[in-house]
Amino acid sequence: MTGPRRRQGSGNAPPLVAIVVGIVGLCAFFVLPLAGLLWRAPWSDVGTVLGDAQARDALRLSLVCSLSATALSVLFGLPIAWLIARVQFWGRGVVRALALLPLVLPPVVGGIALFFAFGRRGLIGQWLDRWFDIQLPFTIWAAIIAETFVAMPFFVITVEGALRGLDTRYEDAAATYGAKRWTVMRRVTLPMIGPSILAGMALTWARALGEFGATITFAGNFPGKTQTLPLAIYLAFENNEPAGIVLSLVLLVISIGVLAAVGSRVLGARARTPALAQ
Amino acid sequence: MNSRGLNANVQLRRGRLSLDVTLDVAPGELVVLVGPNGAGKSTLLRAIAGLIPISAGRVELDGDVLDDPAAGRFVDGCRRSIGVVFQDLLLFDHMTVLENVAFGLRSRGAARRDARRAAAQWLVRLGIGELGDLRPPQLSGGQAQRVALGRALAFAPKLLLFDEPFAALDATTRGEVRRDLRAHLATLAAPKIVVSHDPIEAITLADRIVVLEGGSVTQQGTPDDIRSRPRSRYVADLVGINLLRGTLHDGAIALDSGHQITVAGDDHGSTAAVTATLHPRAITLHTARPDGSARNVWLTTVDAIDDEGDRVRVRVGAPVPLAVEITPSACAELRLRPGASVWVSFKATEVAVQPG
Repeated sequence: MTGPRRRQGSGNAPPLVAIVVGIVGLCAFFVLPLAGLLWRAPWSDVGTVLGDAQARDALRLSLVCSLSATALSVLFGLPIAWLIARVQFWGRGVVRALALLPLVLPPVVGGIALFFAFGRRGLIGQWLDRWFDIQLPFTIWAAIIAETFVAMPFFVITVEGALRGLDTRYEDAAATYGAKRWTVMRRVTLPMIGPSILAGMALTWARALGEFGATITFAGNFPGKTQTLPLAIYLAFENNEPAGIVLSLVLLVISIGVLAAVGSRVLGARARTPALAQ
Repeated sequence: MNSRGLNANVQLRRGRLSLDVTLDVAPGELVVLVGPNGAGKSTLLRAIAGLIPISAGRVELDGDVLDDPAAGRFVDGCRRSIGVVFQDLLLFDHMTVLENVAFGLRSRGAARRDARRAAAQWLVRLGIGELGDLRPPQLSGGQAQRVALGRALAFAPKLLLFDEPFAALDATTRGEVRRDLRAHLATLAAPKIVVSHDPIEAITLADRIVVLEGGSVTQQGTPDDIRSRPRSRYVADLVGINLLRGTLHDGAIALDSGHQITVAGDDHGSTAAVTATLHPRAITLHTARPDGSARNVWLTTVDAIDDEGDRVRVRVGAPVPLAVEITPSACAELRLRPGASVWVSFKATEVAVQPG
């Protein structure tokens, strides 16, 4: 009997092959790695590892650097997003590409680029060194700069999308009710794209927290000074210490938390997060 | 040239539109601006509101020059005292109703508490005093409309602009809100401009109708002027329709003159004040009593005949004055002339009934 089968309608269902390949892909690239991590987790060592001074330093450093990077990303990313979303100027496409370049640039290349810009003999660095006696590389500032460099595009692209999608007539309306530009931004534009700003911050923070390549190249790997969690994890893993896996779990939990927050009603329902689609 | 009210000569180009309009609105006067899509109605409002600068001309409100390119003067939109009710209302969803209404006062420097108190009074005046803590998405169409009105009125603007204020409302709410608005606007001394597509709106609200076509004013006058002598096809179609006011009961409208008109639809036995529209094209003229499905048939006399080229507009008199549109050949065949007797007929289903 073909009746019941026909009634299900197969027009928009993917072919069986696609379903099978999809499931295999999900297992191979998402489920199995996570399962592996959980399987080898030395649960009895969790307390010891998290109590260890070097791990605590790395965790603290990671939080400080990633939160600072997020703050810097908001500070600079908001005007950048505004510029490329709202201001018509020659070369806007180039500026936009430039602002989003770190999304596709290998982080280690970014680290090297930062080194030649802010290093002791760098483009700006040599003058910082000569005039102000400031050396950025291999300091916590370098770690913050590296994380900002890599993570800010997530904020820019999210907020830019929201600004583009915002109906500018609301801002016109606010102006006719007497609001000056600053008031329009503070009381109308920013609240209206608020969910996207929060989503952008969450994504930016998660990316900064996991930053490895640019950080190790530009800031080095000094425990207590520039050794963030990912660096500590790598080192511990190399030396076959259980700390590597435990700290990985810490990052995993944080990542899942960020994803849940971005996807939740609080942040995600009205937010546009094109970065997630990247 | 009077110095009170709005005196505007707006000239500007935007895309394919070339706008050149002179519009003076006296204090208390309500001008309804009508015109086809792309005629420049919204652009004209935006220029007057200061959202876009004019390229030539002059905008003056109560004697203050707001825009005068020749003199290098342009007062920014946020410094003009103009209240705008936008198409789609554009209420701020992230604020409460009270904060929406207080917005204009706050932006103009009023203290938070004073602004909120004044806004609360406005809500009471508009009959929505209990809605202050809600957010716009929680409001009905009619309530949102009043909040938008309150937001535009709260800072006592010297000019009020409405860009298709009823476009988002369903027919039932429209009639109610229109009556409401008319009552509120009548008490205001500021000049008012309302952009509209709706003939009933134009005719019932306007002191004067200004017709904008292709960027310039093609006709203006009182609703009666415009209706009796529409100068273009667009105007004839828009405001040349027949308006019938009366009371709807048992499938018929009892006109104020006492005559009954049969309409389609069930009124569930209730009695309500209505405005009905009947397009001149929907009416047929006959030399003898017609025998057919048309529910409304009566004998009348021809009052006037206007030749509009490809069409003829015939106006008939008592018992119900109506405009009828027919072809020149039909007019010739029926040998119509003023004073002649003629039968009119139209189907009940051609009468569109709106509350209000």
